[in-house]
Amino acid sequence: MAKLKYKGLIGLEIHVQLATASKLFCRCAVEFAAEPNSRVCPGCLGMPGSMPVMNKQALERAILAGLALNCNIAEFTKWDHKSYFYPDLPNNYQISQYDIPVAADGYIEIETQPGQIKRVRIRRAHLEEDAGKNMHAGNYSQVDINRAGTPLIEIVTEPDMSTGAEVRAVAIELQRIVRYLGVSEADMQKGQMRFEPNINVIIEQNGDEFRTPIAEIKNLNSFRAIQGSVDYEIERQIEQFLESGTVMEMGNKSTRGWDDSRQVTVLQREKEEAHDYRCFPVQNIPPVKVTPQWFDEIRGRLCELPLSRQRRYTQQYGLSDYDARVLTAERGVAELFEAALKAGGDAKRVCNLITQAGMKLAKEAQINFDEFGIKPDKLAVLATMIDEGTVNASAGDKILTKMTQSEASPDKIAEDENLIQKSDESELEAVVDQSLAENPQAVEEVKAGGKKSKKARGFLLGQVMQKTKGQANPKVVSAILGRKLE
Amino acid sequence: MSKKIDAQQVKKVAMLSRLDLSDAEIERFASQLSEIVTYVEKMNELDTEKVEPMAHCLGITNRFGEDRPAESLGTEKALANAPDHDGQFFIVPRILEENSA
Ligand SMILES: [Zn+2]
Repeated sequence: MAKLKYKGLIGLEIHVQLATASKLFCRCAVEFAAEPNSRVCPGCLGMPGSMPVMNKQALERAILAGLALNCNIAEFTKWDHKSYFYPDLPNNYQISQYDIPVAADGYIEIETQPGQIKRVRIRRAHLEEDAGKNMHAGNYSQVDINRAGTPLIEIVTEPDMSTGAEVRAVAIELQRIVRYLGVSEADMQKGQMRFEPNINVIIEQNGDEFRTPIAEIKNLNSFRAIQGSVDYEIERQIEQFLESGTVMEMGNKSTRGWDDSRQVTVLQREKEEAHDYRCFPVQNIPPVKVTPQWFDEIRGRLCELPLSRQRRYTQQYGLSDYDARVLTAERGVAELFEAALKAGGDAKRVCNLITQAGMKLAKEAQINFDEFGIKPDKLAVLATMIDEGTVNASAGDKILTKMTQSEASPDKIAEDENLIQKSDESELEAVVDQSLAENPQAVEEVKAGGKKSKKARGFLLGQVMQKTKGQANPKVVSAILGRKLE
Repeated sequence: MSKKIDAQQVKKVAMLSRLDLSDAEIERFASQLSEIVTYVEKMNELDTEKVEPMAHCLGITNRFGEDRPAESLGTEKALANAPDHDGQFFIVPRILEENSA
């Protein structure tokens, strides 16, 4: 068979839970894993007569997310009833946005290869409320309304991605962006970020172009699952096309679920029933006008976004792609890094401190490195101490560990813990002389040259280190040894 | 005068609203709904050329609450009037997902 020419066409529908303290239209607390049905009130339970009041911070976060995704923000926006019946939706309608989303026509950028940027267009992003949760138990179902009314943004992209790796990259980038801006905690395991790819494939065969029926994939709980399911689905659709010749037509879109243990997608719904949501404007939530002054105030909360920061770190500081990515993953860490450079720290040295010992400590404490509260100027001092040989790298790690536990300055810690390297020539020369006098055989071997010379020199260096309890600066000792043994 | 709303449309709206109507009710509602639509059609006599469409009946905007959690009902009260519950969850008839495993 001739090699088949094809291209995946993938769009994403993404739900992101906003990190507010209370719900979108009532003031019940938003809390993961709270006692079932405890964070509910007449409003989110859908009791007649209750009135919704919009959470201002939720709206502002939605606008901020829209700005970060390079969208146009609507000056006038409103909410609509979207009617459907499901037990986790107590009102029998969802409050969503139909014809005037808060944000539209933007894009998100991903790095497909180092230095190569791809743009994925965003069609719209709107603010809506989440539903509760249903659990299926034997011959009945259990309903928990706690999540109902939690603010969500629904983001819809154009079908601009063509591989599982690209979809994964968009998902990761979006998570970095919303976390950076404090818009969402975006934990996929907690359902705070949910991705539903829509996939089909354009296949070229005998000079003709065919499009396979679209499948929407649900049940994706990790970035790995996103990538795996998209790549699997592209393969499956090509095979199905070659077997049956079925192409996309009205009404043959299907819904498939990802089975993570078997690494396959499973048919859930064959034909998309024509939904009739009967959308109409909500009357008990007044529309929103975003005044220029308010808009500017929200825009002022934007910051340099992770991808551009990451690229700047490789170009400006000469860091590796990997290091730049690790440093920019969390906004607080990136800001600490930059503040330490401003305070005089060397970029590569500060980077090593944070990404190596620092990240390990943070992981053990289950926080981000910046949350230790280490002051950037102290971090800079530590970096300089290592650079100048005042302490060696492993002592540097020990000092950093102490710095996560107390407010003491690195030089004070180094002194208290006896970690300062001895670089004083005259002091070290005396120790070297003593070691040479005690080990005449090794001295002979070095002077004789040949096979044993190198090993004997190492032995003598070891003797000096031992006598100084490891505090001698090995570079200085080597230099003295070299001079004496010529 | 032909009916503005026919039996077919009433059946569709009833289905969307999960209402079970008898044939006699369908006939009666088709007539009533047609009368309502005819009545509202009077609006078409007005010149609305220069009137902006309204999204909200009062013309007000920007009514917000601050993001400060208040006390909720708690599980016991929330479940008190439920037809069925297990002390933690509302219990409903088994939800069938089409073709799902
Ligand atoms: Zn509530």
